[in-house]
Amino acid sequence: MESASASAQALREQIAATEARLQKLKDELAQVEASDAARYLNGLSLNGGPVTPQNGSAKWPLLNEEYQRYGRQMIVPSIGIQAGQLRLKSSSVLIIGAGGLGCPAAAYIAGAGVGTIGIVDGDTVETSNLHRQILHSTSKVGMRKAESAISYLKSLNPNPTYIAHTEHISPQNAQEIVERYDLVLDCTDNPASRYLISDVCVLLSKPLVSASALRTDGQLIVLNSPPLPPGNEAGGPCYRCVFPKPPPAESVVSCGDGGILGPVVGVMGVLQAVEAIKIIVEGKLAPSPEIQEGLKATPTSMLLFSALSPQPFRSVRLRSRRPGCFACSKDSGLSLEGLQSGSLDYVLFCGLASSANVLTPEERIEAAEYAKIREREHLLLDVREKVQFDICHLDGSINIPFSAFQGGAKAENDGKVPTWLPESLPKEAPIYVVCRLGNDSQVVTRKLKESGLDSGGKRWIGDIRGGLKAWKQQVDENWPEY
Amino acid sequence: MASETIPITVEFTGGLEMLFADQRKHSLSVPAKDERGQAVTVGWLVHYLCVEVMKDPRKEMFVLDGHVRPGILVLINDADWELEGEASYALQARDNILFVSTLHGG
Ligand SMILES: [Zn+2]
Repeated sequence: MESASASAQALREQIAATEARLQKLKDELAQVEASDAARYLNGLSLNGGPVTPQNGSAKWPLLNEEYQRYGRQMIVPSIGIQAGQLRLKSSSVLIIGAGGLGCPAAAYIAGAGVGTIGIVDGDTVETSNLHRQILHSTSKVGMRKAESAISYLKSLNPNPTYIAHTEHISPQNAQEIVERYDLVLDCTDNPASRYLISDVCVLLSKPLVSASALRTDGQLIVLNSPPLPPGNEAGGPCYRCVFPKPPPAESVVSCGDGGILGPVVGVMGVLQAVEAIKIIVEGKLAPSPEIQEGLKATPTSMLLFSALSPQPFRSVRLRSRRPGCFACSKDSGLSLEGLQSGSLDYVLFCGLASSANVLTPEERIEAAEYAKIREREHLLLDVREKVQFDICHLDGSINIPFSAFQGGAKAENDGKVPTWLPESLPKEAPIYVVCRLGNDSQVVTRKLKESGLDSGGKRWIGDIRGGLKAWKQQVDENWPEY
Repeated sequence: MASETIPITVEFTGGLEMLFADQRKHSLSVPAKDERGQAVTVGWLVHYLCVEVMKDPRKEMFVLDGHVRPGILVLINDADWELEGEASYALQARDNILFVSTLHGG
C-alpha cells in the first residue's frame, strides 16, 4: 500500500511540473504573438481610413488559428479582413450587466474576435437566472456573474483580453471603467443605471447600444452614434433626448416581478451584438472628420420586438438630439467632475417605489404566528397576480390581484362591501393579506382599512410580514418558491 | 355632419396593452370633430382613450398630470410624435397611433 501511494505522489509531482512548464511555454508564445499583432495593428485606423500594415510587420496580421476561427465571418463581403476582422481585434467593448442581455451579447462579441472585452456586474449567479443567462450554469450558482461569464467566454475564445469589473456601475466608478473602452452595451435592468450609462457615454464620447426586455417584448436603440461632443447637433441622440423624464417608479416592472421569456431577452442581446459589430466594422467608433463637420442632425430608430405579435419586429423612427437636452446639448448640465462628486443622484432622479414599511408592526403578523391561527375563522386574501396564484397558493385563500386595487376609480367603492368578500364571513373575522414578498400586501391592507372594511377597528386587517417567502422560511420548507 | 367619423388604428405595446383589456391592436372609429368643432388631434385621442376605451382604473399609468406619462413613446405612423407636431397633430383617416411603454428589464 505504501509504495502505491508513494508512486502516486511521484506522479502527481511530475504532472504538476509538466503543467508548469506547459504554462510557461504558452505564456512565451502569447507574448511573441501579441508583439507581432501589436506591430501590425499600430498601423490600423479605427475611424474609417484605409487600413495598411506598417513596413516590416509580420507577414500575416492574424494568427493561423484566427484565420480558421474567424474565416466564416471574414468571407462575408461586408466584413472582410482589413475593415472587419482587424478592426474587431483592435477594438474594445464594455458590456454592462451579465444577465439575460449581456450573456448572449458577450458570447457573440467574444466569438467575433473583439480584442478587449469588459464585463461589469456586481451580482452573483442565482438559479432563477439560468433559463436566460446562458453564460452561467448550474455549477456556477453563487459565483460572481462577471467572473462566471468570463470563464465561459475564455473557453469559447481564449484570444481576447477579458476584464471583470465585479461591481455595479455607479457615478463614482463609471468614468474609470468606461473610458478604457471604445463602445458600450447597456445590458442593465433599471432606469437609474440607464440614465447614468447614457450620461457617461455622452461625456466620454462612446457610442452606446441599449436594449431591454420584459415578458415577451424587447426594445433596442443605438444612442450617441456618432459620438460627438455635447452641443454638436450632428451627434446621435442620447437616452435623455428620447426620455427626458424618468418613468414613475410604480410603472417600472422588473423581470423578477413581471417575468421574462428567455429567448426574448436573448434575441435582444444578440441584436446588441449585431449593432456593436456594425459600428466597429463600419468604422463608426469615432466619427470621421466629414461627419464632424457636416452639422446634419442624425435621427435614430428603435426596434420593437413583440414575440406574440403577428409581425414581431417593428422599427420606429425617433428624433435626433434634443435642443436643450440636459446631457448632450450645448446647454448640458453634465460634467465628469459633477458625476464624480455625486452631485447627480440617479436613484433619487428615478424615484423609489414606495415599498418601505407602509404598516405599523401592530398591523402585521409573522408567517409562523399566522400558521398557528389558521384553524380560526378568518379570510386569507392573496394579492399576487393570477398567474402566480395558479403556480401555488395556500389552501382556503382567495385571489384578488394587486392591480385590481390600484387606481383612482377605487374611491367610488369606498364604504361599500367589496363583491369578493364571502357573505358567510362574520363581520368581525380578521382578514390577512398575503403576497410574494410582503410589499403589495401592505399597500392593499392600507387601502382596505381606508375603505372602511375594518368596521372602525372591530375587524382586524393586516398583512403577513415577508409574504409567502417568509411562509417558506418559517413554516413550510417544501413550499415552492419561484 | 356631426356624426362624421374617421377610422384609425391604435396599438399598445411594452405592457400598456394590459391597461387596455390585454388587447394590443384596437381598430377605432373616432369623431372627426371635437366638441368645439375642431379637427381631432392626437392630444384629443389620448383623452378619448382614457375616458372611452380604458376600463382599467389605473389611469395614472397612462396619463399623468394631463400628459402621456413619462416613459411612454407616442408614434404616429411609426414616427416619434415629436417629429409630427406632438399632441397638436390632426388625425387623418387610417393613421396608426402606437403607444410604447419603455422596458427596463435585462
Ligand atoms: Zn441628449
